[in-house]
Amino acid sequence: MTIATTTELICFLVLSAVVVLGALGVVLLSNIVYSAFLLGGVFTAVAGLYLLLNASFVAAAQILVYVGAINVLILFAIMLVNKKEDLKAIANLGVRRAVSGGVCLGLFALLVRVVVTTPWNLPGPPAVGEEATARIGEHLFTDYLLPFELASVLLLMAMIGAIVLARRDVLAKDVVTGETADQALIEKARTPLLLERRSS
Amino acid sequence: MVSPGLDLELSFSQALQGLGLSPEAARLLWLPLPMLLVLVAAVVGVLVSVWLERKISAAVQQRIGPQYAGALGILQPLADGLKLLFKEDIIPARADSLLFTLGPVLVVIPVIVSWLIIPFGQNLLISNVGVGIFLWIAFSSIQPIGLLMSGYASNNKYSLLGGLRAAAQSISYEIPLALSVLAIVMMSNSLSTVDIVDQQTGAGILSWNIWRQPVGFLIFWICALAECERLPFDLPEAEEELVAGYQTEYAGMKFALFYLAGYINLVLSAVLVSVLYLGGWGFPIPVEWLAGWLGQPVDAPVVQVITGSVGIVMTVLKAYLLVFVAILLRWTTPRVRIDQLLDLGWKFLLPLSLVNLLVTAALKLAFPVAFGG
Repeated sequence: MTIATTTELICFLVLSAVVVLGALGVVLLSNIVYSAFLLGGVFTAVAGLYLLLNASFVAAAQILVYVGAINVLILFAIMLVNKKEDLKAIANLGVRRAVSGGVCLGLFALLVRVVVTTPWNLPGPPAVGEEATARIGEHLFTDYLLPFELASVLLLMAMIGAIVLARRDVLAKDVVTGETADQALIEKARTPLLLERRSS
Repeated sequence: MVSPGLDLELSFSQALQGLGLSPEAARLLWLPLPMLLVLVAAVVGVLVSVWLERKISAAVQQRIGPQYAGALGILQPLADGLKLLFKEDIIPARADSLLFTLGPVLVVIPVIVSWLIIPFGQNLLISNVGVGIFLWIAFSSIQPIGLLMSGYASNNKYSLLGGLRAAAQSISYEIPLALSVLAIVMMSNSLSTVDIVDQQTGAGILSWNIWRQPVGFLIFWICALAECERLPFDLPEAEEELVAGYQTEYAGMKFALFYLAGYINLVLSAVLVSVLYLGGWGFPIPVEWLAGWLGQPVDAPVVQVITGSVGIVMTVLKAYLLVFVAILLRWTTPRVRIDQLLDLGWKFLLPLSLVNLLVTAALKLAFPVAFGG
């Protein structure tokens, strides 16, 4: 075994361990902030796996989009709504956990079956490496144009929805009475400090 | 034609193979060397910029500045660093000690790793990765997580607010930054920093991107300052409002890590501005022309060594010129308010950078000769 393949194997094992343990931590930890930070770690490790597969553009995009945008937004939401609240004790917590654990295990068994029964084409098609950036661009603007545009429309819808939700309070007219409501900041008229002092 | 220039890796591995090592072992021995060199260069760069900051701020305020630690106070940043090193490492009692320690580390690592793509010459960089400049944008997006982490873990409302502000600022300015980089990438048909510089070396100073992308240059510079949290955009640590933002509870080496990250990021951004817009390692007059006028072949070893040295000197010179501008800006401009900051980012820079991108695309179609068709 050469040095390169050994390094690759070690990297793969470490990254896989981080992904699996991190994902378990995201689900099982009770502190939601830890879960969110661990999610960032899992995303980064997945980017590392992409890098091992010679897909450097996808890896960088994974870090930029998932770690840099999505995970930061999740953290943002958690920290802005950091309300200390005593939650009511849930009845039959043990039963609920057992049921959800059973569902998850069933799903896992299904996935394992798929992995085992699918005839994987090993080794897969050769990696295009640095050419991937151009290849992805070509695909996005030819045969994958419709999904690409649909995704952008979806994002636009989400954005408009967020704006509508956030601006709901600020209406020019009172909804009930129909009178114009003044939403401008109430500001004191400005008088220069020194002038005031001199006159008094 | 672009000359191959110096290839230190090739010479190194040939020398080691001459000693009877396998090519793989030679490569393994080579790998840590440029990393170590760049790490040392980055830290020395920080020391120099801290000294510049002290001296220039003193000059702006008509003081003398540090003068007892070494000639012209040149050892002052070293003294600062040593002081921070020996200070007690305090973790507040109610803080989350794990996240509190991890936060500054997450802030520093992406900045240092980004030096991977900084070219000082045709072959003088750690790794000419194909996704080059995109890698830097991706790495700089990790930083807000570290800031949020340290802000949250400090268990202090000012820290939390500072961390949230830092993340908000970083996210908002990343978009115009990426869009202005995209315009450059469109012109040079490559994400690799080496290709971006190569495309600007045709006619010396006249072929630098700043003439073709003046608006992009300004957008990039403003966004880079905002990403580095330099005044006028140092809201996350606005001391009049937030004590010191996310750094409030930090002391000793952990505080030093934030400090280090800030200055490494400043130097890095300055180098990247020079790579993207000011011709990188290129001399204002192409070195090949000079060699031609002096009747020297471009491939001669002496000429290559001189070209390499001129490349390093030019990169550092341009970067520090920009650092100088950043320091002057810091000591002459007031801080903007948070709403002004977000307005500038979202309502002005974002549309402007989109227009810049569209105009670049149109110009590329209309004049493929000048805009890299």
